[in-house]
Amino acid sequence: MDYEISLLTTIGISVMFALSLNLITGFCGQISLGHSAFLGVGAYTSAMLTKAGLPFLLTLPAAMLLAGVLGVIVGMASLRVRADFLAITTMGVGFLFIGVVRQQEWLGGEMGLSGFPGSGLGKTGFMLLTLGLAGLTAAISLYIQRAWIGRVFNGIAEDEDTMRVLGIDVPRYKLAAFAIGTALAGAAGGLYASHLKFIGPDSFSFVESITVLSMVVVGGIGSVVWVALAAAVLSALPGWFQFIGDYKLLVYGGLLFAMMRFSPHGLAGMAQAVTRGGTHARR
Amino acid sequence: MFVLELVAQSLVQGSIYALIALGLTLVYGLLRILHVAHASLFTLGAYVGVLTYNATGSLALTLLAAMLVSGLSGVAMFRLAYKPLLKQPPHVALIASIGLFIAAEECFRIAFGASGLSFANTPLQGQVRIGSLQFKEAEIAVMLGAALILGALAWLQSHTRVGIACQATVSDPQMAESFGITLNTVRDLNFLVGSALAGFAGVWVAVLNNLVEPTMGSVPSYKALAIIVLGGMGSVPGTLMAALVLGLVESFGTVYLGKVLDRNAIAFAFLIVVLMMRPQGLFAKK
Repeated sequence: MDYEISLLTTIGISVMFALSLNLITGFCGQISLGHSAFLGVGAYTSAMLTKAGLPFLLTLPAAMLLAGVLGVIVGMASLRVRADFLAITTMGVGFLFIGVVRQQEWLGGEMGLSGFPGSGLGKTGFMLLTLGLAGLTAAISLYIQRAWIGRVFNGIAEDEDTMRVLGIDVPRYKLAAFAIGTALAGAAGGLYASHLKFIGPDSFSFVESITVLSMVVVGGIGSVVWVALAAAVLSALPGWFQFIGDYKLLVYGGLLFAMMRFSPHGLAGMAQAVTRGGTHARR
Repeated sequence: MFVLELVAQSLVQGSIYALIALGLTLVYGLLRILHVAHASLFTLGAYVGVLTYNATGSLALTLLAAMLVSGLSGVAMFRLAYKPLLKQPPHVALIASIGLFIAAEECFRIAFGASGLSFANTPLQGQVRIGSLQFKEAEIAVMLGAALILGALAWLQSHTRVGIACQATVSDPQMAESFGITLNTVRDLNFLVGSALAGFAGVWVAVLNNLVEPTMGSVPSYKALAIIVLGGMGSVPGTLMAALVLGLVESFGTVYLGKVLDRNAIAFAFLIVVLMMRPQGLFAKK
């Protein structure tokens, strides 16, 4: 049972993390190659605060706040640069985060942090908390998608300049997307730290940013249900097949490429093509 | 003297960056694709280099083999991977390219092992004194090689019909096509040359470190992206300048900021600061 509980917790965290990126990249069209930095900010905040004696549940809002504030700062970059330039900038943010953490003794440096107090909820309780928060993230995502703000996000993703002409305050909405997305990633980070009981600079490397991006892309950029499903499957795969464990990155890389090459709209696009009985997937 | 040594080191580093980044810039200028997988051709060149040198002991043959294999693989990559994606929005090709790069790194690891390969006896390890500075022979060779090759390419680009056809295609593909330039030939050629240069750089990095590893491409890959962004995306002279500037920033940054940031973080901090002040890049025209 222990193994299943741990696996479900991992899945919950991955789903939450992937949905948080989906808000920024999927809904609002702002590509980010450094999202694991915000998972890291949340994880380090929560770990340091629990170490200082704060109860775990109180550290989650703090993790969200700090990740969200930093997210807004990075989001400001998206007001200056677009598309390819933004991708490279966010990638730089990821490297900057690891580089800074690596050199900070008080954050554990290269060795990372361990031995901070757990959540005190027990394994099953923690799993329920994680799954609950993942569900909540999905619900928030679905709500945003249908609400006014989601339609504006979609408009910005499709054609930013037209939205400006329509009198929409584009910068405000972009920053909102970054704030919500990175804050949720921060919460996922807090759960991550408490679940693994160890964090280090390498836990939040570029590969992790790519892994979460591959979950969003394989699911189908912007589709809540499919992204959640892809995140669940991709995070569970290595555990299910020991064989894949060693070839994990090859599978990720190959999937990412094959998905873009043959179905740029991911599983969601495939599903749509099948249900419509034709080749007309979402544009 | 210390400053001079740092400048010399950054010139070596800058030459290698320039060789790798040039191919990326050519691809970006032509297709608007951020070709992350370019660095896997650099790694491929390094592996081919070590294997050839250990088998034959001839440096000329080694460079030739590495450039040929990398160059042709680059063309294959373009035809099989990128060509079908040209009509998709740019992030599709970018993500596909990242996927390709990760998969390629893993293939190297599975094929040759995680600990990498090294030379049986490494070529050009002698020391050369120039003034008060000490260089390895290989370091001199890579600087000279980079200067020669890049100079030759610049000359070819402005003085031959093929070079001018390439320039025309970059500035206006449709117009170029209507003047009888075959777009796909130009694209093939650019991938061939750019990837061959990456292979060339790969061999030299292998010689300098006396080691090739599956992951040796990742840092150059991200650095090269930073360089073409700094150079103003698709501008060849801008890219070369940016490569040298980044070499300098890193060398001096590691000495003076090493306590706060590691080498990669310094490079990217510089990139972010520059982009926030000049979103079009350091050397772009407007």
